[in-house]
Amino acid sequence: MATYHKSNMLTDTPLSFCPGCTHGIAHKLIAEVLQELGQQGNVIGVAPVGCSVFAYKFFNCDMQEAAHGRAPAVATGIKRVHPDKVVFSYQGDGDLASIGLAEIMHAGLRGENITVVFINNAIYGMTGGQMAPTSLIGQKTTTSPFGRTVERQGNPIRMCEMLASQDGPAYLERVMLTDYANVLKAKRAIKKAFEYQIAGKGFSMVECLSTCPTNWHMTPVQACQHIKDNMTKIYPLGVFKDVGGAK
Amino acid sequence: MAKKLFKGNEALGEAAVLGGCRFFFGYPITPQTELSEYLSWRLYDVGGTFIQSESEVSAINMVYGAAGAGARALTSSSSPGISLKQEGISYIACAELPCVIVNMMRSGPGLGGIMPSQADYSQATKGGGHGDYRMLVYGPSTIQEAVDIMYNAFDKAEQYRIPVMILGDGMLGQLMEPVEFPPLKQMPDPSTKEWATTGTHYGKDRRIVNSLYIVASENEAVNIKLQAKYDLLRKNEVMCEEYMCEDADIIITAYGTVARICKSAVKALREKGIKTGLIRPITLFPFPTEVFHKYANSDKTKKFVTIELSAGQYNEDVLLSVMGKKPVEFYCRMGGSVMTVEEIVNKVKEVY
Repeated sequence: MATYHKSNMLTDTPLSFCPGCTHGIAHKLIAEVLQELGQQGNVIGVAPVGCSVFAYKFFNCDMQEAAHGRAPAVATGIKRVHPDKVVFSYQGDGDLASIGLAEIMHAGLRGENITVVFINNAIYGMTGGQMAPTSLIGQKTTTSPFGRTVERQGNPIRMCEMLASQDGPAYLERVMLTDYANVLKAKRAIKKAFEYQIAGKGFSMVECLSTCPTNWHMTPVQACQHIKDNMTKIYPLGVFKDVGGAK
Repeated sequence: MAKKLFKGNEALGEAAVLGGCRFFFGYPITPQTELSEYLSWRLYDVGGTFIQSESEVSAINMVYGAAGAGARALTSSSSPGISLKQEGISYIACAELPCVIVNMMRSGPGLGGIMPSQADYSQATKGGGHGDYRMLVYGPSTIQEAVDIMYNAFDKAEQYRIPVMILGDGMLGQLMEPVEFPPLKQMPDPSTKEWATTGTHYGKDRRIVNSLYIVASENEAVNIKLQAKYDLLRKNEVMCEEYMCEDADIIITAYGTVARICKSAVKALREKGIKTGLIRPITLFPFPTEVFHKYANSDKTKKFVTIELSAGQYNEDVLLSVMGKKPVEFYCRMGGSVMTVEEIVNKVKEVY
């Protein structure tokens, strides 16, 4: 008897991510949640630019591929046309927290009834390991080769905290995809985010602290430990906004 | 139906609604803001949606999302704002999404000024954003013509799955004229578009709105397909007015509001005994090349005179169409200054 089935919300296309990267886990969680919520045939997703640019190949639903950072604007257009459909965007840190900062903030401020899954791995993966807005102080990247300093490159950005300081967002949580217990927590967060959308409560975002072993120059195990030891100090886990039963 | 006195920007908003537009995403900028102000209440009469976006960049990407989801979506702006939209327009062109974009041109470069200009001609007709693409570009000269074009613009956009641009200038947006509106158009059901992401599809039926083609041969195939579409536009969609050209020794050519000033000049010159005509392209892409061929090859035509509110952007297409067969004289004003009838008359007399 089979004890595990791939979610019907994923296609059969092989994922294009590096070994040890947690993008695949995030994809799987979203797909499982959408299946569990019985949403097959009721979903439109928006793919970003970055490592997850091919998300439109992997999610088994209607998809739009957005320009870099514009996914929340594209998702807004879609949701306003199809308010009865589940609309989500999947975005990395360069996409969401740098070039698309205005789009994500204003989607949140409008309380757009969409769900955003935000992958924060503190680096530009697709282009080969450049500094991200979320790169840690001291982090060496190909564009901060001596390590990020406040003086040279400025400070990392905390998206959940920033969005939580405003009215509009209904649910904001930061999780990490490092181990079984935390992956289960992440799944619960993603499920809650989609449930809020389905209930019409408004904007929801789950920030997933994620690994990039390739560009961090770490083994997958070291990368997970790096999240626990270092990233969570700057990006603490937790729920930053939850309107609960209120709409 | 009785004529109503309408400002150009507001008339375009009304015509968009009557032509089936139900979604508007835009950002304020002079001299087109009245269009979004009008739609901010008018769209709700017909069950539509209006969003004042956080930026022009967001506005065009909301159009991308809504158009990709099957809706009739409009955005409008003026020159600096249109520059910001170019990224999104390029994506829309490649993803083959239908939408309508209004540009009420003001002077540039940079922040420029808020007075009328035609200095976005090349940006509008040659693509504008990155990559090889075109839009169907109209250059109406009266508010009535702008209304008639807007009324059918979404049909054209959907027929070819392309962005359509209505290229006016500050004058067209701001002046008031009596205008007759057509009846409210019955919209096609968005769910019947076989490419739209309406959310109901999965498996082999799922729909993807995309402009990413990593494999060169696949991307080239997309480009070839797009170019074939632009050839169809050249074949089927050219619109051009020929005004008193048959017996003309001198043919003035201009588009948009400038052509109205030129028409007055044609009449004034004929009163002085100078047989003058006017070629007025209504579509700027596709360009009415054949019309120019006809007069360039005619023994009757002695000269062409191009008149525009930019430094020869429009004249480049005129020169390409006349192909050196006749002299082409040129007169322009720039930076928001507009020529008078007398300036055009004097220019023609000078080169006659």
